[in-house]
Amino acid sequence: MDDVVEAEGLVKTFGRTRALDGLGLSVRPGEVHGFLGPNGAGKSTAIRVLLGLMRADAGTARLLGGDPWLDATALHRRLAYVPGDVTLWPNLSGGEVIDLLGRLRGGLDERRRTELLGRFELDPRKRGRAYSKGNRQKVALVAAFASDAELLILDEPTSGLDPLMEEVFQECVREERRAGRTVLLSSHILDEVEALCDRVTIIRRGATVETGTLADLRHLTRTSVHAELAGPPDGIPLPGAHDVRIDGTSITFEVDTPQLDSALQQLTRIGVRALTSRPPTLEELFLRHYADDLAGEAAS
Amino acid sequence: MTATTLRPPARAAHRDGGLTGAGPLLRLWLRRDRIMMPAWIYGLTAYVSSNAYSFGREYDTPEALASFTRGINDNPSTRALYGPVLNGGTADGLTVWRIGATGAAFTAVMCVLLVVRHTRAEEEAGRLELVGAAAVGRRAPLTAALLTAVTAAAALAAVVTGVLVLFGLPAAGSAALGLSWFGSGLVFAGVAAVAAQLAETSRAANGLAFTVLAAAYLVRAAADAAPAHWLSWLSPIGWAQHVRPCAGEQWAVLLLPLAASLLLVAAAYALTGRRDLGAGILAPSPGPATAAPSLRGPLALSRRLQRGTLLGWSAGFLVYGLVVGGIAAGAGDLAGDNAAIADDIRRLGGQRNITDALLATAMGIMALFAAAYAVQSVQRLRAEESGGRLEPVLATAVGRVRWALSGLAVTVAGTVVLLALAGAAVGLVHGARTHDLGGQLPRQLGAALAQLPSVWVIAAAAFLLFAALPRAASAGWAVLTVCLLLGQVGPLLDLPQAVLDVSPFTHTPKLPGGEFSVLPLAALTAAAAALAAAGLTAFRRRDIG
Repeated sequence: MDDVVEAEGLVKTFGRTRALDGLGLSVRPGEVHGFLGPNGAGKSTAIRVLLGLMRADAGTARLLGGDPWLDATALHRRLAYVPGDVTLWPNLSGGEVIDLLGRLRGGLDERRRTELLGRFELDPRKRGRAYSKGNRQKVALVAAFASDAELLILDEPTSGLDPLMEEVFQECVREERRAGRTVLLSSHILDEVEALCDRVTIIRRGATVETGTLADLRHLTRTSVHAELAGPPDGIPLPGAHDVRIDGTSITFEVDTPQLDSALQQLTRIGVRALTSRPPTLEELFLRHYADDLAGEAAS
Repeated sequence: MTATTLRPPARAAHRDGGLTGAGPLLRLWLRRDRIMMPAWIYGLTAYVSSNAYSFGREYDTPEALASFTRGINDNPSTRALYGPVLNGGTADGLTVWRIGATGAAFTAVMCVLLVVRHTRAEEEAGRLELVGAAAVGRRAPLTAALLTAVTAAAALAAVVTGVLVLFGLPAAGSAALGLSWFGSGLVFAGVAAVAAQLAETSRAANGLAFTVLAAAYLVRAAADAAPAHWLSWLSPIGWAQHVRPCAGEQWAVLLLPLAASLLLVAAAYALTGRRDLGAGILAPSPGPATAAPSLRGPLALSRRLQRGTLLGWSAGFLVYGLVVGGIAAGAGDLAGDNAAIADDIRRLGGQRNITDALLATAMGIMALFAAAYAVQSVQRLRAEESGGRLEPVLATAVGRVRWALSGLAVTVAGTVVLLALAGAAVGLVHGARTHDLGGQLPRQLGAALAQLPSVWVIAAAAFLLFAALPRAASAGWAVLTVCLLLGQVGPLLDLPQAVLDVSPFTHTPKLPGGEFSVLPLAALTAAAAALAAAGLTAFRRRDIG
């Protein structure tokens, strides 16, 4: 089965700014795909290109087997979109917006709409201008989740939600995956991505720096290990280990994941009394890619 | 850090009546209004000067004055619009008559806008929360806003008084007129202060205050048209007339607006204490939980979004049509023996019949206003785009062309509604007054509808700008302004015909009375269609956002 989203070498410039600089992205059917990057990395621009709202200067993009620019209208019947900054018409009530967006797409599941309004605790009778940021996002989320779309494109959909609603959102995304739908979730909330996504793509300055399953990505990086040993570990060879700290008979270090096995073999030769090992969090993965940027910012 | 800086602001606010910080706020508001306030004063001064100048020049004999005064005071429509002439013996009396009630209303509009802008609008935008968190008393923002309006009204009154004295009006009469406007400004600053407490949005607050103003003007209009002069004592605009500038000044009447504004301001302060920041006394009505079955496409959405605006414009066009219809038949009497005015009107219209000339001029003005509506309506498209509301719509099965055509359809339909309404109103009233309803209704309606093609050209040009140069979409107003100047000032400057031909309004037949021909109207419609098609092509190619 073909990928739901296939993008290769996307370039988009605004004046002197290169918002997309050779971005690639592939989303497989039925997966929840995390699209990660800090603000300004080009996530929203990439999504606008995929929605046919902007035309890329170079590169190719396919969406649900069609051309996002030429076949926009036909493709949009099969997807639902939640923008990053939801603005509503000030005079229309939330309920009206949900129904209108559903009808403009070509259908809405009434039962699911009612159920979602309850779960998100959203009052559909308020006018657009009276909603808070979080409630505006709920309006757009209810409209998207109540649709029968094959693909959901969610651009930082939870930045205004409180933790309880974040939980409801995560349940809804899991239900969508169980129903066989594909979700492209752009976010910079790493816990959310870690909890929901099968695969992730990390972008930086408009280009893809890493893509794969979380396990794949972890494999490429380091595991932290702490061990209490039978004797002092002085002088044992630990290939691929970093930040080694020895305190009597205890040792703490980080090791490149492919070398984890040989490092543990070295430890068991001394004798292991206690061992904790922790895979890298997504945050650590993420920070590693952005360490340069952060250092640059601190310098300037 | 010393003990004084740690003193809780609440205590300070309590001690001085909640006014802490009003001074800095007033300075901030005046700074923010450094363009808007002088613009209002300049505009109204120009209004005063042009009237003082033309009345002084054109009515220089007792006969001319008497015939003009008779013409006005015998006609209920003109009495309703401006009030009766109280002193027809001098040109000063006519100047004061012409600007008195309308100027009082304009001053009121200025004060309403200023007060709402610095109270409810600030609160709605969330900026007042920021200010309120600083050491600012509860009543300080309202006080600063009221003082801003009072400053503006006082400056206006002083400048207008000075200008009238320069034009040779008596000092007492000039001051009385200035003070009568100031009084009207005070009253409506108070009305706006109350409205800003009641309503939750600045739009609703402005709407509420302007409804009161419209009612005040209508009560006065009805009182003067009836005539039932006692009734106009109920209207703050009527009070401005009862001050009688240049007609035996009644200074004591000025106490009425003073007392009324004090009462209103006291009420506004009392209401401020009874509500939370951001809330209004009147809770906004909730909307429907589900959309009506009719709200199902981009056309329905466009119609829904522009409904309120079109309703407002319709009311304006209806009133304008009724007034024009009411005064048209008396136009010959008004000009009377004054050959200069009659010549002016004929030159502008080019007809034998002065009534037709006046009607044709009025139709041309309607076309300009309809074009202003059209430009505003087209710019809603840009507002949807830059406000981020277009993106989710285009991410549904709605294509760009369908969305843009839906917006244009609402604009075009709106121009038809407005001009048909005004044309029918002119025809009905003018027909009734001349006992020729069957003849005048279709004649005036047709004349109004003949303006449509030129209006569409302006609308299509504004659309092309939005489609091709979205960041310069507001240049639609510049297009309209250039065409307006070409039509109004061009002939007086003897500009070459080729330059005048740039404006679509040049090509509209001068109706009623002029020669009707289909060709220019068909050509204008074709030009509008071509501009719109070019716009659609550009809109299909560009980025959204």
